[in-house]
Amino acid sequence: MEIEILARIQFAFTIAFHYIYPPMSIGLGLILVIMEGLYLKTGNKLYEQMTRFWIKIFALIFGIGVATGIIMEFEFGTNWATYSKYVGDIFGSALAAEGIFAFALESGFLGVLLFGWNRVSSRVHFFSTIMVFFGSMFSAVWIVVANSWQQTPAGYHIVGEGLSARAEVTDFWAMVFNPSSVDRLLHVWIGSFLAGAFLVLSVNAYYILKKRHLNIAKPAFKIALLVATISSLAQLFMGHRSADGVSKNQPAKLAALEGHYDSTAVADMYLFGWVNNETQTTTGLKIPGGLSFLIHGDFEKEVIGLNAFNPEDRPTQVNAIFQFYHLMVAIGLALIALTLYASWQWRKGKLFDKRWLMSIFVWSVLLPQIANQVGWFAAEMGRQPWVVYGHLRTSDALSKAVSANQILFSLVLFVLVYSTLLVLFLYLLNKKIQHGPDDDPAPEPIGDGNKRINPFLKQS
Amino acid sequence: METLFGLEYNVWWFLVFGGVMTGYAILDGFDLGAGALHLFLKKENSRRIALNAIGPVWDGNEVWLVIAGGVLFAGFPVAYAAIFSAFYIPFIIFMIGLIWRGVAIEFRSKEPGTTWRMIWDFIYSFASIVISLSLGLMLGNVALGLPLSEQHDFIGDWLSFFNPFSIMVAITTLALFMLHGAIYLAMKTENRLYTKMTLLAKSFTVFFVVALGLTTLYTLLYIPHLSDRIRSSSQYFVLPVIMFLAIANIPRQLNKGKYFNAFISSAVTIASLLAMVAIEVFPYLVYATNDAKNSITIENAASSLKTMKTLLLIAAIGAPLVAMYTSFVFWTFKGKVELDESSY
Repeated sequence: MEIEILARIQFAFTIAFHYIYPPMSIGLGLILVIMEGLYLKTGNKLYEQMTRFWIKIFALIFGIGVATGIIMEFEFGTNWATYSKYVGDIFGSALAAEGIFAFALESGFLGVLLFGWNRVSSRVHFFSTIMVFFGSMFSAVWIVVANSWQQTPAGYHIVGEGLSARAEVTDFWAMVFNPSSVDRLLHVWIGSFLAGAFLVLSVNAYYILKKRHLNIAKPAFKIALLVATISSLAQLFMGHRSADGVSKNQPAKLAALEGHYDSTAVADMYLFGWVNNETQTTTGLKIPGGLSFLIHGDFEKEVIGLNAFNPEDRPTQVNAIFQFYHLMVAIGLALIALTLYASWQWRKGKLFDKRWLMSIFVWSVLLPQIANQVGWFAAEMGRQPWVVYGHLRTSDALSKAVSANQILFSLVLFVLVYSTLLVLFLYLLNKKIQHGPDDDPAPEPIGDGNKRINPFLKQS
Repeated sequence: METLFGLEYNVWWFLVFGGVMTGYAILDGFDLGAGALHLFLKKENSRRIALNAIGPVWDGNEVWLVIAGGVLFAGFPVAYAAIFSAFYIPFIIFMIGLIWRGVAIEFRSKEPGTTWRMIWDFIYSFASIVISLSLGLMLGNVALGLPLSEQHDFIGDWLSFFNPFSIMVAITTLALFMLHGAIYLAMKTENRLYTKMTLLAKSFTVFFVVALGLTTLYTLLYIPHLSDRIRSSSQYFVLPVIMFLAIANIPRQLNKGKYFNAFISSAVTIASLLAMVAIEVFPYLVYATNDAKNSITIENAASSLKTMKTLLLIAAIGAPLVAMYTSFVFWTFKGKVELDESSY
């Protein structure tokens, strides 16, 4: 039990930390493609400076994403050996495909993206930007396919029994297009676009508030706002489709998301609330029969509740799952409101006049990040006690050769290293933001860390 | 079992894994080696040039490790599970090394201060050394074999990884990478730095030959079964011949100033060394030292035939693509390093 908890904490910690970065890479990748595309189309130097600036930020984010991502690939083997044997036939092919098709593409062209400005033509550079973006998108494909297979296994059969049981592929494409992979992939992509777009919105809102780099900050803000508005609306649709898929494929998870226990009752939908797993009651502000309507299009219809499952076959942390899920939904709705309002102000030509709105955008960068994290927490905790839904229990998936002390040792090490990484990341990100794009020749006031020295040119 | 061009699918996949590992050793080998000898460079400008020599490519090189991990996971999940859970502690240290190294490369140039840069230089170099040593240590232990349970789980003590043979393999690996890295840097530098690199490359050739000689002697004297197959048929002797010719060719090419040929020679050295290891371990992936029945082989560790076929198809489509954009990137940054505003 102790090993299981430690291994789960370690996995959750390393994957949650890792997941701060790839979504920003994907979203920022899209925005870089737009920015550089505009530069190529218009020839306007401002777009070039904008692109160059955001590529530097991209490099920082990408670097930590890669460093923490390599850990993930091997953590299955180190901590979850039994799971690795069980799913290797399936999961392994997805990971191999990720490495060959996605990661190699992304990392290969990243070199040209970062260092190739003077070495290749602007068209080839633009092509490299697109390839890096595609690479990051493909990465998400294979990772989400592998994870979705754990949620909704398909195209496989189980070979062997007991300790040597494992899943083998019978139909590769059925495995890839398992019931939840497409919906979840789109959900993840859009979540990533939001993470990238809000980073750009936040930084540029900050410049606008500080009246710095205005000639670059304003157009960049508009590009990101466009991406954010479309994405947040699309996410409403995709979020609904995902939830609908969960209701069909993982009813126990759906019941946990809304804290619904009794299978003979109509299911309510909560705006917010609190679940007591002991008394099996959920209290809060609700739309009576809302979940029934969402699933069946009928407020009166019954929905399968948690009690329909044996206690050992359903998640126990129901309140946590409920809270994570509702926080994600609430943030999703808030992002829609924020982006629609801002777009409306943009139409009226008053977007940049409202300082309070810009202040909100400065802090808004946290919202998609939180939503991405808690969304995954709800998805993964809702799958418990299974690591492969309905087939392999998390408690059976561990490495037999690894002791609790070893996991504790590595966990402490990861916590120390990752906290240092986070501090360094924020320090350097802030430095880059304070430095800003290389646009106006006028020196800025010194004293608040705005030295106009370009460290890249310094030979000392 | 079904075959493809006369070879069984799991043999093919063993070759693919060996090929990817060789690719990884050759590619990441030179940037790890460059990192390991980073502190031999004293001037800030030299260090910047050395860093920028690997700057655009080290990340792509590391991808080969990711691919190798995926290849092992997909093709031989049992071996993937056993090896990484067995090498838990060394592997965690290896991965922490990878994190710090990547971060050091990225972060070093972000501040102009000398202390800042000195700290990152040290981390970069130290991490490169630790990574190379732990790779060698794990390779040595895999070649030796591990005690395994019937379910192929490791049942030994991790302190046993530090045996003389594996430590010697670790040092040999580091020496080889440093040699390889010095040659790569010679290829990318000019003037005094170039001269320094050729001298370093020659010193590391000696270092490597001594380390390799000792390891080989130790193997022949104390672990004779690790050369069983090569002794069984004199045809295999062609591999050590190729390797020693390649090593001897390195100082020759360096003296002629043909650093690219020298680089190819050290790459051939790496490839032939790994080929010899592969010939010796085949068909075992991990030999069980306690009971040969518990060994992990390419038979009992393999994925289903269907997955093997799918994987070979993926590899057949993917390999030319990877080769294409890898050569595009290397071609883009060919020639000597020139620092510009986007450099590290």
